[in-house]
This record gives sequence, structure tokens and C-alpha cells, in this order.
Amino acid sequence: MADASPLLECRNVSKAFGAVQALWNVDFEVRPGEVMALVGDNGAGKSTLIKGIAGIYPFDAGQVFVDGEEVHIHGPRDAARLGIEVVYQDLALADNLDIVANMFLGRERTRGAVMLDESNMERAARETLDSLSVTTVKSVRQTVAGLSGGQRQSVAVAKAVMWNSRIVILDEPTAALGVVQTRQVLNLVRRLAEHDLAVAIISHNLHDIFEVADRITVLRLGQRVALFERAKTTQQEVVHAITAGALDEVPGMEMPDTAATAEAQA
Amino acid sequence: MSTTAGIGPVPGGPPIDETGASSTVSGYMRVWWQSVRAGELGSLPIIVGLVIIVITFTLLTDNFFSERNFTNLILQMAAVATMAIGIVFVLLVGEIDLSVAFVSAVGAVVMTLLLRPGDPGWPWWAAIAFGLLCTTTIGFLHAIVITKAGVPSFVVTLAGFLIWSGVVLILTTQYSTAGTIRIQNSTVIGIANDFLSPVWGWVLGVAIVASFALLELRTSMTRRARSLAAKPIVLVALQTLGLAAVTFAAIWYLNRDRGVPKVAVILGIALVFWSFVAARTPFGRHVYAVGGNAEAARRAGINVDRVRIAVFMISGFMAGVGGIMLASRLRSVATNTGSGNLLLLVIAAAVIGGTSLFGGTGRVIAALLGALVIASIQNGMDLMGLASGTKFVITGLVLLGAVLVDAFSKRRRAARGGV
Repeated sequence: MADASPLLECRNVSKAFGAVQALWNVDFEVRPGEVMALVGDNGAGKSTLIKGIAGIYPFDAGQVFVDGEEVHIHGPRDAARLGIEVVYQDLALADNLDIVANMFLGRERTRGAVMLDESNMERAARETLDSLSVTTVKSVRQTVAGLSGGQRQSVAVAKAVMWNSRIVILDEPTAALGVVQTRQVLNLVRRLAEHDLAVAIISHNLHDIFEVADRITVLRLGQRVALFERAKTTQQEVVHAITAGALDEVPGMEMPDTAATAEAQA
Repeated sequence: MSTTAGIGPVPGGPPIDETGASSTVSGYMRVWWQSVRAGELGSLPIIVGLVIIVITFTLLTDNFFSERNFTNLILQMAAVATMAIGIVFVLLVGEIDLSVAFVSAVGAVVMTLLLRPGDPGWPWWAAIAFGLLCTTTIGFLHAIVITKAGVPSFVVTLAGFLIWSGVVLILTTQYSTAGTIRIQNSTVIGIANDFLSPVWGWVLGVAIVASFALLELRTSMTRRARSLAAKPIVLVALQTLGLAAVTFAAIWYLNRDRGVPKVAVILGIALVFWSFVAARTPFGRHVYAVGGNAEAARRAGINVDRVRIAVFMISGFMAGVGGIMLASRLRSVATNTGSGNLLLLVIAAAVIGGTSLFGGTGRVIAALLGALVIASIQNGMDLMGLASGTKFVITGLVLLGAVLVDAFSKRRRAARGGV
């Protein structure tokens, strides 16, 4: 499984916001059944990369492949159609709605033309939570406002996987959690990979990453500076890459000409 | 009247617990009480308030609790409740519409002008339809400015408040020297001044109770068939009996006076329809989502702007319906149509009824409950012969109390909630 061809692959993607080059010729891939960690210091371009993949905004240059075929993602709906789901750091849950409503938000099942099929959705929500062994949620009819951080994270992940998604991207899933809840969420992440999904996880916590990831992509100042296999590396090595990984070039600074020509070509 | 409003997992409504704790009547009550203590008050405070108001005025005045006054109360609050339905939707997405009163006046004036015999003498249905088309379009125009230019709805509808009050003045003064235009169509006048015959009143009552029981039973059966926890049949029976008691008592009481007012039927249809839209359709779900977390709604692929536009169109449409009810009740429109405290009463009704100003919480039935509270207080104080100033002060205090209940229950929910 480790040598399977990548389910999601980005080649040479770049993105600039005005004068800031957030991503510069970044390669990134995730294989089915693996957890790929995406690490880097603040401003390294992690969020920019996943937002581009999720269709929040387009990349300026580069290609994205899903299952080996080049795709053009113009919005969240395109991403969803390709089986890409992102669980954002702020989880994007509506506090005033219950778990079922949140999990089906924007994709409600109806009976007849207009009427919500509540019991159908409720069952599917329950089954998805059960299949992920999420046992901490007692009722799927309670509002999200009343859930703990770990429960909210579980709901957000369950929401992401219930659409036959094949690629799940998690942005800092354990950032705000305590020890026990972090453990629950990491178990959940592992279980996603066991379901043969391609999982990408952004985190600042190397301890978590070494526990859950198969491979580690390191970004620094918008460039990929390293790609490690967890089994063959150490935390020190990864920290070094994050803080001092060798940059090929720094666009717009030392080599403005290169950047200008590359942009002209794009 | 709003038979579908209380069924199922509506935000702010009764919870459904699929763990089975609620499969008995006592268990159901326990789950409900837990959610109340956690700050999910729903319609509880308002119903308690309403009972207190009725008892107070029954003790303080001779004829508050009488057939005639009960009928008057319904006639007085119908238009406010109708317009408040639109405001509930606007508040649910976390916006505000300050223009409803004068938009309703525009609808009424346009309808009245089109009805004038021979000039142009439109049939009543065409005049009403065109009036409603105008008010819905006005809501659409407000929403376009709000969504496309990113201007807060407070400012846009405040501008609308001025603009449409001006339009009402221009139209009424241009087409009449006295500033008052009478409605001469008997059908339109009948909207707010006619009553159902006793027999039709009873037919309506039976239909309401029967459809409530059937809907609840069907929901319960479906959930059981899919092995989900369902409301116990005993509870459905008890609720049906309760509804039947209230409905039949009301109809019997109304029939002792002039009968069930036609406006009550129109209001009832509006309440059932919009409750269905809010609680049972994907669109309604999206309205709540936009009010709860617009960013989450956007990421879920919901067209947030389109939801906002639709909501302001609903507000415009319901304002038109309410305006026609008011014009019909007064049998005319005038330069002062839509002015006074109509706007404040409509917004206060939605808020007192339990719609949160923070967005995302509330039910359509709030429009009815809030309008009932306001109408009862004003009606009772009128009977007591209180001065206008006193009436405003007390109505204001009730509104303040309702907002405080909302703020405290929100704090309670937040304290219980995780992040």
C-alpha cells in the first residue's frame, strides 16, 4: 500500500497574494491509506496549499492531479465532487444546528421534492459516527454548541468522510484539545487511513505527527524543503528542516528576475 | 393554528434523543426539561408570560376576558403577526429590516389605487397580486444593495424606511386631495371584516386537529420503522388532545361573538406554510445555518447571498400581506399609512416571541406569540384607560425583558457549550 500511486498530487503549484509569494513551486502528494503530515512554521504556506486544493481560491500556476488525472478546482463544490474534503481549524460548524443538520449542511436529503428527510439523515449520521467508532457523542440531535472540543472535531471529521470522500485534509485537528481528546482524534485520523482514504494533516505538534503520520512534508517560506518517511527520520531532523531547510530560491527577493520570468511564463 | 411548528428537531424546538431516553412520556419530559435548564428555552418564557398577562388583565378589568374582546384581540394582532413572520426570517439570518412598515403601506396604497372603480378598476385578486409583487420586489432591491455592495442591512433598510414613507406620501397626496383613499371593493374590505360561519369554523378546527394528529403519527411511525427513537404514541395522543381542547375552546368562544375572523385563517395558513419552509425544507435549514455561522454555510456550498436575498423578499411579501390586512381593516389608505409605531410593534413581536437578534435561533410561531403578547398588553391597558405614555413605557419594558431572556439563555448555552 505504501507504494501505491498518489491519489492527490500537486505539481509546482504557486500562489501569490499581492507582493507576498505564499507558495512557490510546491510539490505535494498523498497516497490512499496513508497519513501525510504537512508541517512548517507560521507563514510557511500550509493553509494556502490546502485552501488551493479545496478550491477556496485558485493556484496561480502548477497542476493538481486526482487519481492521476489533471483536475481544475474552481470552488468547494468542485473539490467535493472529486472526493476532497477539508476539515478546517475553526471546524466550520453552525453552533445553532444539531449534529445531523451540520453533517448534511448544503447536501440535505429530501423526501419528495422539498421536504427534509430527517429520519434518513439521522440514521446516516449515526452510522457514520459508529463506523468511525466515535462513541463520545450520545445524541446526534443535540446542538453543536453543547459539544466539547474533541466531540466537535469528531463531528467535523465525520461530516468530511460521509460523502464518499477519498481525500481528507485536516487543519490543526488537535490544536485546541486536551490530552484525552487529542488521543481520540489521532485514533480517528488513523482509522480514516485504515478505511483506505488519503489523509493529509497539518499540525504544529511534532509529537502528534510522529504518532500518526506515515510521511512528512515540510514547507518553509512557501517552498517544500523536505519530504521524510516517518520511520526513517527523527524529530530533530524535521525541526531542522522547518527552521532552516534549504531553499532553492527566494522569489521576489534575491532573484527577482527568476520570479518575473516564471510569472510571465505562467 | 401552526400545527407543524412544534414537530421534530427545529432549532429552539423540543429535542429528540435517539438514545431511547425519550421513548416514554416521563423520559421525554425529562429530556425536554434538561434542555430548558441548559438554556434552550424555546417558547417557554413567552407562554408563561402570556398566561400571566391574561390573568393580570382578567383580574384588573371587567371585560378583558370576553368573547367580543377576544375577537378584537385577534383582529388587532393579525397584521402585526403576519408582518412579524417576515421579520423572523430576516432576524434568523442575523439581519434587520427597518422598512417593513412603509413597505407594507406601499403595497396597500398600490392595491387601493388599482382598485378604484373605473380608474383603472382592476379586479381584487389582480390588485392584491400586484401590490404583493411590488413589496416583494422592494425586498429584493434592498437585498441586492445589502449583498452586492456589502452595506449593512440596518442602513439600507433605514434608507428604505425614508424612501418608502416618501413614496406613500407622494402617491396618496397625488391621487386624493384629502389624503385618504377609500377602498370600495367588498372582497378586499371583507379580508379583515368578515367572519366564518359557525359551521365553517368547526370544520376548520377539526381539520387543524386531524392534520396535526396525522402528521405526528406519520413522523412517529417513520422513525419507528427506521428504528430511531420516536415520540411515544401516548404523548402524541396527549398533545392532540391538548391542541383539540385549545382549538375547540377558541372556536366555540369566537362563535359566541361573530365567528372565526377571516384574517385569522389567512394568518394561520401563513404560519403553517412558513413554519414548514423554515423547519422542514433545505432552504429553511440554510437560513438557520447562515444565521448561525455564515462562513460554515458558505464552505458547505450554500449560496449565502441568495439565502439573504430570499429572506428579504419573504419580508417584503409578508409586509405586503400585512399592509393589505391593515388597509382592509381601516377600509382605506391615507398619508399616515404605515407610520406611527407599526414598525416597532412588528420587530418587537418577533423578538418578544423568542427570535434571537443574534441570528440563527427562533421559530416562525414566535411571530404569533409575540404579536399576541403585544396586542394583549395594549388591549388590556386600553381597557384600563391608561395614558398613551404609560402604555409605551410598559410595552417597552416587556420588550426589554424578552431581550434579556434571550441574552441570558444565550449566555447559558455558551457556558454549557465547549469552545
